[in-house]
Amino acid sequence: MAHVYFCLSVFVLGGFLGLPWLPNSDGRVTREMLEAVGVSDVSELFGDIPDEVRLKRPLRVGAGRPLSEAEVYRLLTDKADRVSSCLEMLCFAAGLAPHYVPAVVLEIVGRSEFYTSYTPYQAEVSQGMLQALFEYQSLMADLLEMDVVNASMYDGSTALAEAFLMAARVTRRRKILVPEFANPCYLKVAETIVKAQGLELVTVENGADSGLLDIGDLKRKLDDDAAAVYVEVPYFYGPIEEQVDEISSLCHSHGALLVAGVDPLSLGLIRPPGDYGADIAVGEGQPLGLGLNYGGPLLGFFGVRGERRLVRQLPGRLIGMTTSMRGERGFAMILQTREQHIRRERATSNICTNQALCALAAAVYLSLLGSSGLRELSRTIAVRARYAASQINRIEGFRAPAVGRYFFKSFAVRSELLSAEEVRRKLLAKDILVGPVVTRLPKLGESFMVAVTEIHSRADIDRLVEALEEVVGDV
Amino acid sequence: MATFRQAKWRELLIYELSREGRRGFAAPSFEEDDAGIVDVGELVPPGMARRRIELPEVSEVEVVRHFTRLSQMNWGVDSGTYPLGSCTMKYNPKISEHNPLLSKLLYVHPEQPEETVQGLLEVLYWLERWLAEITGMDRGSLQPSAGAHGELTGVLMIRAYHENRGEKRDEMLIPDSAHGTNFASAAMAGFKVITIPSRDGYVDLEALEAAVSERTAGIMLTNPNTLGLFEKDILEISRIVHDAGGLLYYDGANLNGIMGYARPGDMGFDIVHLNLHKTFASPHGGGGPGAGVVLAKGELVNYLPVPLIAYDGEKYYWDYSVKHSIGMVRAYYGNIVPLIKAYIYILSMGGEGLKKATEQAVLATNYFISRMKEVEGYDIPYAAGVPRKHEVVLSAKPLARDYVVTAEDVAKALLDYGVHAPTIYFPPIVEEALMIEFTESEPKEAIDYYARVLAEISREAREQPENVKKRPVNTSVGRLDMVKANRMDTYIPSVRFARKYGRKIPPL
Repeated sequence: MAHVYFCLSVFVLGGFLGLPWLPNSDGRVTREMLEAVGVSDVSELFGDIPDEVRLKRPLRVGAGRPLSEAEVYRLLTDKADRVSSCLEMLCFAAGLAPHYVPAVVLEIVGRSEFYTSYTPYQAEVSQGMLQALFEYQSLMADLLEMDVVNASMYDGSTALAEAFLMAARVTRRRKILVPEFANPCYLKVAETIVKAQGLELVTVENGADSGLLDIGDLKRKLDDDAAAVYVEVPYFYGPIEEQVDEISSLCHSHGALLVAGVDPLSLGLIRPPGDYGADIAVGEGQPLGLGLNYGGPLLGFFGVRGERRLVRQLPGRLIGMTTSMRGERGFAMILQTREQHIRRERATSNICTNQALCALAAAVYLSLLGSSGLRELSRTIAVRARYAASQINRIEGFRAPAVGRYFFKSFAVRSELLSAEEVRRKLLAKDILVGPVVTRLPKLGESFMVAVTEIHSRADIDRLVEALEEVVGDV
Repeated sequence: MATFRQAKWRELLIYELSREGRRGFAAPSFEEDDAGIVDVGELVPPGMARRRIELPEVSEVEVVRHFTRLSQMNWGVDSGTYPLGSCTMKYNPKISEHNPLLSKLLYVHPEQPEETVQGLLEVLYWLERWLAEITGMDRGSLQPSAGAHGELTGVLMIRAYHENRGEKRDEMLIPDSAHGTNFASAAMAGFKVITIPSRDGYVDLEALEAAVSERTAGIMLTNPNTLGLFEKDILEISRIVHDAGGLLYYDGANLNGIMGYARPGDMGFDIVHLNLHKTFASPHGGGGPGAGVVLAKGELVNYLPVPLIAYDGEKYYWDYSVKHSIGMVRAYYGNIVPLIKAYIYILSMGGEGLKKATEQAVLATNYFISRMKEVEGYDIPYAAGVPRKHEVVLSAKPLARDYVVTAEDVAKALLDYGVHAPTIYFPPIVEEALMIEFTESEPKEAIDYYARVLAEISREAREQPENVKKRPVNTSVGRLDMVKANRMDTYIPSVRFARKYGRKIPPL
């Protein structure tokens, strides 16, 4: 802890009676309250804690004493100085990609009536958050063309896990078919969560050249034991699946649910999951106005078609529109008999606290965009990514995209002369971040991921291309 | 009684504000495509181009006004008293919202090399160390995103622990007073739930003895419990469950009642989750994001999700070498923003300050109880005379019995006086429950006022019960039709759903 002390200024507060967040800690107020309770010291209120479990020394945390706001601010400045952001380097990392966070979004989520509120249990006094979440659900429903979208999940990975669990409940089956090119991190998380209930993930291959799902392999593995078929559009490694209608009808002919994972910002260009018959649509909402925040908070979105058998098994909170006894329009949490606080061990999920403030951010973001803004943004991202890939592809020693022909913002780059890890490291030395490096997928050889978004200018992309030229030039 | 009237805007849906061609956004230009020369066919595979998009089109100023007005029809800790029991709605320090680390974080990518984020990793490292010290545990994972997510993580660890030892233990014991998430988390991890009854508000030891067996995987317990009572037999509970080969899981939702006085690790708990958005003052965000850090002791450390934050004497790094790790429970490292806010809170308070916060929270509870002694209409069931810790559960049963004014009616009436209602109908072992937790943040005068309002509601219930039933009348909307809201043939979960199924959007 020495280095925490080290950062402190020399000013010492006069005792902690001055702790500004404890309004009754002033001696006189405390005394009045103790008198009313009928005890002489506050420790008497802890008299029922057995001696054997009592902590008999002070907690050793923080700086050893309370710090003033000014001291904390200085300390945080020091920490921030030892963090570089994507704005100080050039960041083309995928998985999450850096998108611009509009000032309007920060302004609205920074309103303390929103951020200091709890889950809106008392609807009449929480109409603001409830209407905003209803609008989030509605905007996402139209974006995805799914009828019912819940009020959020933790992130894309847990949304996917919940989709698999829901498919198992709806179909009473346990086999889940997942594409080889799906987000590897999501599959890992899903496996951790679903295997406790005996679900089994079975991998379906993607074509080594086309990057598309191998329909023959799908047909071999798809039978009447399958609860769900998962498809990603686009896949984590880049390719945009174009056989969605065929996959959808194959899946449904065996009574399985189609689960689609999508990038929300691609939906200004690419057909939405509802349009090709997805029963459940999930994904990561971070592109919709959330910061990267070193990977969290994120926003899992979860939408289903409007059929009762699906809605009844929906996990998570849902906001609905109704009227008040006085005939006014109003909003409230609905269908709560699915949820843990009522249904307990028979609930559709244990989720309680979700990512409401992130859903609010997404609602504000989508409101700003509108239909034409979304089209424009999707397009500008895809054009930039296409430009980047075609420039990289011209360099001897790199192939971009490594697989498939069409992609949205992320694509794999195949390195033919150096290991992908070496390329990544050499770019890092030039303050350029790419990645992650593709592992455990021999089909893609030595590859690394690149993501291009609206924040990258042509000059940024040209700098990446030059750096890659230098990297192979040194070989 | 102070008069209160919440803002009431006639605020249309963002869809109803739409006018084609308006926009609140301009995409950055890119010279390759400034004239729109790239054909969509080059960007999207054949048959995959989207045709129609039905999002509303609104200008920036309209978006800002719309959501600002909505915020004015919302209630936060910054608006006033918010004593939701078990939710620990304490004040959210503003330094946590406005500081250089947080603003930088917006553009920090999780794939960035550790060397570029040392300042941040240092914060996370010390946060983990401090939380381990506060709970008496050895190591913790920052990954879980909320309390329930932490619970799921914890019970998955318990499952893996027994499986790894070749034992088939499929029963999870949970007291009848426990948080609803405990039951759902245990079921989600594939356990059969065995409910343990309470005796005078505490875990019934005889029932517990009778319930444990070679199938017992563990017990999920919160201490102080949801009645605000410290489970004084905790060492005996620990002995019974451990002797049967089970583990102890600590639901940290109620930690604010004992910080600095007792630690779960010293009570025999093996795994703990904490709600940093409760005890450690990260804002709740209207329902999240939270942070549900999970900590473990001894052998159980080897089952934590990866990665763990670590320090090798020179640099901070992520450690993936956890022997029997259950894996990852979400993408990346956790909800970093609320984690940083918890760090700021602990740093600002120090060890003494945390203990003081607990003392002040417990004092607030018992002071409120003393104020309620002369108020008719409410009981405090179970363990008469025993001081409560972080919260107290009142029962409005006398009002319900004599005047048909229920806990829900009392809650709705409270809203009319410019305060938020307590948690109601929980725990289920209390009829007409009003579960109240002021935390250390509520000034004495606000607690006095709350007690006076409850007295006033009780008076109105006795004299004009029909008036109470009509409340709230001072909020943005009146009491809502929840039957219509929930019926499968009338519910409206989205504008699209209403369009598709021909449900009429109610007029403003």
